[in-house]
Amino acid sequence: MNLFKYASPQTFYPLAGKLILWFAIGAAILILVGLYIGLLVAPTDFQQGDSYRIIYIHVPAAWFSMFLYVVMAGYAIMGLTFNAKLAYMMAKSIAPTGAMFTFVALITGAFWGKPTWGAWWVWDARLTSELILLFLYIGYMSLQAAIDDTRRSDRASAILAIVGVINVPIIYFSVKWWNTLHQGSSINTSGSSMAAIMLQAMLIVAIGFWLYSTAVILTRVRREIEERARNTAWVNETKE
Amino acid sequence: MNNRQKISALSMMFRILKRDITVAWRRRSDVMSVFFFFIIAASLFPLGLGVDLKLLHSIAPSVLWVAALLSCMLSLPRMFETDHVDGTLEQLIISNQPILLVAMMKMLAHWVLSGLPLVLIAPLIGLQFNLNMEELQMLALSLLLGTPTLSLIGGIGAALTLGLRGGGVLIALLVLPLYIPVLVFGSGAVNAVTMGMSASGGVALLGAVLALALIFAPLTASYALKISVE
Repeated sequence: MNLFKYASPQTFYPLAGKLILWFAIGAAILILVGLYIGLLVAPTDFQQGDSYRIIYIHVPAAWFSMFLYVVMAGYAIMGLTFNAKLAYMMAKSIAPTGAMFTFVALITGAFWGKPTWGAWWVWDARLTSELILLFLYIGYMSLQAAIDDTRRSDRASAILAIVGVINVPIIYFSVKWWNTLHQGSSINTSGSSMAAIMLQAMLIVAIGFWLYSTAVILTRVRREIEERARNTAWVNETKE
Repeated sequence: MNNRQKISALSMMFRILKRDITVAWRRRSDVMSVFFFFIIAASLFPLGLGVDLKLLHSIAPSVLWVAALLSCMLSLPRMFETDHVDGTLEQLIISNQPILLVAMMKMLAHWVLSGLPLVLIAPLIGLQFNLNMEELQMLALSLLLGTPTLSLIGGIGAALTLGLRGGGVLIALLVLPLYIPVLVFGSGAVNAVTMGMSASGGVALLGAVLALALIFAPLTASYALKISVE
């Protein structure tokens, strides 16, 4: 079997169309099951009460905000090295979902922080890095949107994504250093070890988020393919 | 015109630098406006905060560093823009000269024109914020090590947004998040002196970031230039 068969938009398009439904169904089931266990079955935290339950959304969202950025940069590298159009389209389609998860992580973090820390926002190293990650996503999407020529916008934003991914660890450590210099970290985010059922619920939601991201990204890639290849014969034939 | 003589890379680098500085010097107001922006931006803080010298003293490192960051960023669109508009950049790229060296010299010229003046004037502004001699020295040293990194990283942003409408605002979006480590290490080093701690960690990290940027930024910017001009 030719591994690169689905690297061409023409063969990828129908395959993605078939897969989206399964990913979407899987995502819906897993997220509902995970949230059911997390919100109704898992025990109440003896320190934080029920307010801790937002972690079932917060933590997976934070994981995916970072994971998707790395995946996006991976596709950017693939695009630049193999000059693969589909890889650029994937990178472009990942960005909005990644930015959304970053935003969700920040908002849910604020909702959790208010009752727990007594403040909507603290300049903790992790929070600050997450905020900067959102800026990086916004920069990527702005650059992509500002260039009309798709070939240039693909390649220019790919470079930006790669520069960003190299900078993420440097930014994280700089913020950490800045944080320890300015104030002793009064808040310990790691907390005590977690009950097994809580971890399981969180992992189920995380896998659900993964399937959700895949479904949404594939949908977006399909729209991108339709737009870019709108003048080719095969797209006009497969019109739905 | 067959008498084109092959010039060495070193002489070409020197010529580009000399040309950029000459051109900028003939339009002095462009260079001076960035310089005065820095002074005005830094002077706004005492006006907004009041004349509490103790407070001003404690925020001075951050204020001066943020002002330096913004003034460096303001002049970024000019790094390649005029050469792009009149076709010089295209000629440099299709001439047989390594574009990497061209990008490097453009960044160096940018630093000489908008980074170095800040290093020289910052201690004077620092006096307005009641900084003492030791702090002023650290401020100058941290800016001396940090502003070249700003020009280097900024060069990538300038190359990526070359010729785009609204390029100036876009550069800010792309470049400011990447400037954060320099801001943290730079103002952190001065803050450390203010608090009576050793600033060597911050200075070493500024140097490390500069070394990294020196290796990767010209390479990335030259690649970005090729994409933008093509």
